[in-house]
Amino acid sequence: MITINNRDTRDWRPGITVRDLLNEMGYVYVLITVTVNGELIDDNEYDSFEIPDGSFVRAIHIHHGG
Amino acid sequence: MLTGILQETDSGLYACNVPGTTGRLRRACVGIIGCGGLGSNAAVALVRAGIGRLILADFDTVALSNLNRQHYFLPDVGKHKVTALAEHLRAIDPTVHLDLHPVEVTSESLNDVFNPVDVLIEAVDRAETKHALIHAWHRLHPDIPMIVGNGIAGYGNTDTIQVIRTGTIIYCGDMISESRDGLASPRVLIVAAMQANVALELLLEGNQS
Repeated sequence: MITINNRDTRDWRPGITVRDLLNEMGYVYVLITVTVNGELIDDNEYDSFEIPDGSFVRAIHIHHGG
Repeated sequence: MLTGILQETDSGLYACNVPGTTGRLRRACVGIIGCGGLGSNAAVALVRAGIGRLILADFDTVALSNLNRQHYFLPDVGKHKVTALAEHLRAIDPTVHLDLHPVEVTSESLNDVFNPVDVLIEAVDRAETKHALIHAWHRLHPDIPMIVGNGIAGYGNTDTIQVIRTGTIIYCGDMISESRDGLASPRVLIVAAMQANVALELLLEGNQS
């Protein structure tokens, strides 16, 4: 199982990538940062980074304002 | 003389600080990218807390429309933000060490401007820039915390403002609102103070003196 943002869960399957998970969650916004078990994942690794079973994922939408 | 008066332990500027924290804070260096609503107010909070050194960067000048939430005053309009902010910070503590960079920080220049810091506060306006700087900083310094402001617009809804900790990247804000929705002083100051407070927490982790 994968836990997303301490709120949602998805079944884990072998080989599931960050991109797969974002698509399943409907997160299509470009300006998003993703951490898997506290590790920030680079944008260009979304298609290749495989999420381990039992992971805690944070997907944060970045907004204007400073 | 002035330095001595400020540092009197029982009556000086930092006499009311949490006991045992001032020495460590005086030796700390915090970087702030962007000196607008978040950055200017976080800087004031950090200098009042006793941080010894700040590195401040912002390419912009003070506009009248900034004064509804940023720590500037009418005579500051037209000045570089880092210059005006430095005057205000030195009016609180003339001994604080300030490195001022009136430039736009990019992923390429990030390391030159903010090396070394103990903690970096991200306080820029554009989401695209925030996103790029988060990734660039993590590539450069995966072990040095970055405290990101994310979602500060509107008014009310105080209980939606939160801290999210993901490794060394820590987010403060409501994670939802956009600045185009309008910016009001209270929510901006809350998030700025949260960023400063998280910085103190990180700097004082395992505090011994």
